[in-house]
Amino acid sequence: MIRVDDLVKTFRVHRRPAGLGAAIRSIFHRKYEIVRAVAGVSFKIERGERVGFLGPNGAGKTTTLKVLSGLLHPTAGRVEVNGFEPRRRDPAFLKGITLVMGQKNQLLWDLPAAETYALNRALFDVPRDEYRETLDELSELLDLANLSTKPTRQLSLGERMKCELAAALLHRPRTLFLDEPTIGLDVSMQVAIREFIRSYNQRYEATVLLTSHYMQDVTALCPRVIVIDKGSLIYDGDLRALVRKVHPNKLVSFTMAGPIGPGELERLGEVVSSEAGRVVLRVPQDRLRDLVSHALANLPVVDLSVEDPPVEDIMRELFRPGSVPDAAAEAG
Amino acid sequence: MTRVRATLRATPTMLRVGLAETVAYRVEFVIWMLTTTLPLIMLGLWTSVASEPGKQFAQFGEREFVAYYIGALIVRNLTGSWVVWQINEEIRRGMLSFRLLRPIHPFVTYAATHISSVPMRGLVALPFAVILLFSTAGDLIITDPALIGVLAASLLGAWLLTFFMLVMIGSLGLFVDKSTAVFDVYMGIFAVLSGYLIPLALLPDWAQSIARVAPFRYMLAFPVELAIGFYHARGDALRDLGVQWLWVTIVIAAALVVWRAGIRRYEAFGS
Repeated sequence: MIRVDDLVKTFRVHRRPAGLGAAIRSIFHRKYEIVRAVAGVSFKIERGERVGFLGPNGAGKTTTLKVLSGLLHPTAGRVEVNGFEPRRRDPAFLKGITLVMGQKNQLLWDLPAAETYALNRALFDVPRDEYRETLDELSELLDLANLSTKPTRQLSLGERMKCELAAALLHRPRTLFLDEPTIGLDVSMQVAIREFIRSYNQRYEATVLLTSHYMQDVTALCPRVIVIDKGSLIYDGDLRALVRKVHPNKLVSFTMAGPIGPGELERLGEVVSSEAGRVVLRVPQDRLRDLVSHALANLPVVDLSVEDPPVEDIMRELFRPGSVPDAAAEAG
Repeated sequence: MTRVRATLRATPTMLRVGLAETVAYRVEFVIWMLTTTLPLIMLGLWTSVASEPGKQFAQFGEREFVAYYIGALIVRNLTGSWVVWQINEEIRRGMLSFRLLRPIHPFVTYAATHISSVPMRGLVALPFAVILLFSTAGDLIITDPALIGVLAASLLGAWLLTFFMLVMIGSLGLFVDKSTAVFDVYMGIFAVLSGYLIPLALLPDWAQSIARVAPFRYMLAFPVELAIGFYHARGDALRDLGVQWLWVTIVIAAALVVWRAGIRRYEAFGS
């Protein structure tokens, strides 16, 4: 279980303008600024949950993950993960968690990934039988065949990420902190990694806290999302409820068998796009049933689909300058 | 006890992987080793000065200079380390995070990496140095088993003292942007007070007084002087061994203090 109460993390940041003069002045007089990366965040995550951690760049997501994994000491507040205080980095705590950072790698760069696996087995004191069993499982789930014996530097980004995940999970942690685990990967590799995370979560009842700029990761994996902005929590709850609250409209796509009369579409809802017999309308949730009935009865509809607006749109709306996240607060 | 046992169980694998890394970086490794050859240059200079008739510097004649500087080369090769750069780089790039996420203290994992490079250094450098030493000044080398035992312990002490001094300097990178600048200052002091540049017996009296109480001579001059027979009494050798290990304890404790204070400030840059 993860419990965070009023977490605050500040950094002291040196600021100076560009230029030689400023560089010389900074030798004698440095200006520092205190930046509040996390400003009083609280949440609780139960074992086995998959939670998406969302927010724009600089919102404080990665800082929070680093505090939860014991890398950063909180400035204030209380953090508990699996019954431990992370900042103490007790070996029993470290054996129960993992932090995967999509933009960093722990694999030994000039050695095959198998050497990192062996090293992690030893460092995490994993019994050899359990290690072989886990490695076989991970190899199968991640399709690692032939990858582990190539030097890390010769692996593609996607291959490296798969090996990273294997190295990070060999000790079978029950809590996974995943920071952009699919960044830079192609679509099929993203899908593979998502499927793997879901499968690991189900197999080991592992808790997953995930940050990602790819909303497909979040929508596919996380029934619950925690949204932070400028270090403060603005939403914690069901992803679909957030979508409904922020954008209480549905996108309805029709494929038409023939032309329709002028003005017909506008009467049904807001036209998002209309081209080559395919029309997309934005319709309020409460009018959806009537609209679909009307369209099926009166228009030459051959196909129809109803979707929520893309989560990207929701996030854009939430983090738009001047947008007060009241809707999010209400939904939460 | 559980932690100690877990560390001991992990040690063979840490050493094996460390050796694999050393082998992978073999070119860089050889270049780094070449940076420790200053004693050979000093050897050339001092032997040419000492070869002039009637020249004697304290107890150093031509043969003593040969024995001393080759001894210094061997000890420096066995005890030198690039851990300052490694720690600085890991802090600056945020890679220290992975080390901190592992349940064995980073000092142990750093030490394993660096100890595992010692056999490679021996393989490359030591046969050459040992042959040279025995062919020119072999009769100076100690043969007393008790002193050989003290020498072995002093070499381990010199390795630990040097390594943890460098770890402490590297850990300062958690407080300042780059602690390699501190290392440059340290190297200047080390070169003089450890006997790396010139034997301590040739320093002015006031500098010798400082060298006697500072930790640096126990990193280099002490094992070298022991090996080439400058210690005639076992008691003196044991006394200095005791002082060396006292310094080892103090420096490890200081490194831990700096590390712990620094880790509270660690910002895990990047990502």
